[in-house]
Formats: sequence, C-alpha cells, structure tokens
Amino acid sequence: MSEQYAHPEVLVETGWLMEHLQDPKIRIVESDEDPLLYETGHIPGAVKVDWFTTLQDPVRRDFINQEQFEALCQSLGIANDTTVIFYGDKNNWFACYAFWLFEYYGHEHLRILNGGRQKWLQEARPITREVPVYPPTTYRARPPKPEIRAFREDVFRHIEQNGALVDVRSPQEYTGELLHMPNYPQEGALRGGHIQGAVNIPWAMAVNPEDGTFKLPQALRELYQSKGITPDREVIAYCRIGERSSHTWFVLKYLLGYPQVRNYDGSWTEWGNLVGAPIEKGGG
Amino acid sequence: MNETLPERLAEIVEDFRLCQGREKLELLLQYAESLPPLPAHLEGRLDAMESVPECMTPVSVAVEWLADGAVFHFAVPAESPTVRGYAAIIAEGLRGATPEDILHLPSDFYMRMGLQEVVTSQRLNGMAAIVAHVKRLALARLEESPR
Repeated sequence: MSEQYAHPEVLVETGWLMEHLQDPKIRIVESDEDPLLYETGHIPGAVKVDWFTTLQDPVRRDFINQEQFEALCQSLGIANDTTVIFYGDKNNWFACYAFWLFEYYGHEHLRILNGGRQKWLQEARPITREVPVYPPTTYRARPPKPEIRAFREDVFRHIEQNGALVDVRSPQEYTGELLHMPNYPQEGALRGGHIQGAVNIPWAMAVNPEDGTFKLPQALRELYQSKGITPDREVIAYCRIGERSSHTWFVLKYLLGYPQVRNYDGSWTEWGNLVGAPIEKGGG
Repeated sequence: MNETLPERLAEIVEDFRLCQGREKLELLLQYAESLPPLPAHLEGRLDAMESVPECMTPVSVAVEWLADGAVFHFAVPAESPTVRGYAAIIAEGLRGATPEDILHLPSDFYMRMGLQEVVTSQRLNGMAAIVAHVKRLALARLEESPR
C-alpha cells in the first residue's frame, strides 16, 4: 500500500471531473502558459484566466489587488463557497500559480486537476470551443495570507537565518550560463546565477512526464529531502517570475505537508537586478 | 538601414497594429491555425530541419530558395498555438522574400504589432528567436551563393 499525499483532497482526477462537469458547486478554471491554448479547445464549462492579462496588474509589477481579485471572481461566476478546480498546460505550471494567488486571497476550496490538460487530452475526453458565461456572483476576498508569499526583505532575512531556498529553474539558469545564450534579449536580469545558499531542484522533476501527474509521495519526499529541503525548515521557492516556483510551493505544502513554505514571486528577475544582493554562480 | 518590410509582412504587421486587446489574440489564433503542415519531403524528418533555440517550445525550420524567393516551413507542436502563430506570420510574411530582404528586417519589427500588450516579453522571445534564425538562414544563403 503506497503512502498518501499529506492533503490528498487538493487533487482531483480526470475521471472524477468527467462526472462533475455539470456540478453547480464547482468552477473549472484553465490557466495556461500559452495564452492561446484555451481558445483552441478546453474542458466543457471551463473559464480562462491568463497569467499576464488577467492575474497581473497592468501597471505595477505585482499581481492583481484584492478589489481586482473580487471583480475577477464575480465575473467568472465564482462565489466564496465555490470549489475552484484549476488545470492547464505544461504540467499545471500556471494552474499552480493561479491556485497560489487564490489561496493568497483566502479562497477556501481549491483543487488541481492531476495531470492537467495533457492527461485530459491523452484520455480523449471532451473539449469544446464554447466559452461559457456564468451569472455574476457577489464575492468577498478574505484578508491576504502573507505567510505564503516572500518579498525580497524576507529572502535577505531567510539567508541570514540559514533557511532553505529552492531554485526551481533549469540547471543552466541556476548556474548562470543562460544569460550568455543568444536570442534571449528580454531575459530580464542583469546578473546570472542563483540566490546564495539555494539548491537547484527543477520544478518539473515533481511530475511524471508521460501524463503530467504528480509523482508519488515517496518519490517526492526523496527528491526534496536528498537536497536538504526538509519539513522542519522554513522553505522559500523561487524561479524567474514566481510561476514555476508556485508549482513547487504546491508540491511542498499540499502534497508533502511542509508547514512553512513561501513563494518568492519577485524571483530571479528581481534578485538578479538588486544592487548588492548575494549571488552565487556555478553548481550548488 | 533599409526599414521597409516585404509587402505581405508589412500588411500583417498593420493588421495586428489596428487590432485592439483581445482581437490581437484572436488574429494570432487565426494565424496559428493557418500554419500549413510540412510538405511531403519534410514530413517526419525533423532531422532535415534546424531547431530554433526557444524557451519552452521545440521549433524546427527549413527553407527552400525558389526562383521567386524564400519558402519557409515550420514544425511547431499543436499545444503551442502562440508560437505556431509566430511561425505562420513569418512563413506567410516572408514568402518570396530574398535573403537581402530578410537580413534587412529590423529585428524588432514585430513590436509594431503591439503583441506585447497581450503576451509577456518572455513569450515574445519566441518571435525574436525565430526572426534571428531566419536571418541566419538568409545569411548562409548569401554566403553560399554570393551575388
């Protein structure tokens, strides 16, 4: 008998969702890395949120504020008691970002579709191009949860206290090679490398590439603990802009049950530009 | 530097420029869906194509230089419609272009389309990478057959 995830209720399986497409208490939300994918066909009844045009503030570098979040939920027909099920492309990468943002604003009933878009399509389940419209709701966000978000000041403190830092980018980004590659004119950081003391565990190592589902608990535990990312430590995860690291945040917090995990959404595009911030290059 | 774009490419850029917000994405989707399948001689032969180093999406390109100019062929996975859209714009916009036309493309011409309003700069890297690669192919053509 294999062991369970720490919070198995946060995952729903494709077969379960198939039986609940008409369930008025749920809202299915697609959140993709590719901003056109939803339009090419999506799970029947699913609405779309786009990382860039829906979830980010158009002016400041920040995600939407509480008022904008409430307006978003209202427009998508999400009420405070709606169970929101996220799915998306590329191993649920941006689906996990949306999950993290919804948790930040205190939404209680959040789920990830295990395997995401990839598994749904592999199983030849129905998709549609019909964009649903739901009656607007009244939505009240709860006070934000700062304990799941790290700002740069928190990262400086974290380094001093020898907290655990996970860099979930590719090995080339971690070592600092990537800034030297041609054709990345907008990579967005003046320095390459990683935050002092961070270990490199690329985010997608937490999933099975064949179907995009999360690896089993034992494999996940070994993946993180073998690099010193253990549940007794406070953990901060980061990537380039905080989206890949929200995937790792989800895995550590909900699948492995780590009590203190934060996502540093400023990530490398902030740290790699900060004057004087401690950086290491090369292998960790 | 010659700032004029090949005629069809200039039309495409103008069409995008005139679209507002979500219309730009809809137009990009139309291009994505218009990307032709590979011709028979390239079908299943990614090894005969060059791969474009691009962030998340594997893109392959091949060029034929016909009497009336370039024909570009692209292979982009169906699950990457945005990059398929970029490839279709380049393939259609540069159909019949000369190597000189391509080398003279301002490398940021696509910024005039205003896609940066609806896709992130990271995603525009894909377009930058494709443009850089077709320029390399044009340069190689000039070097092998100087005029």
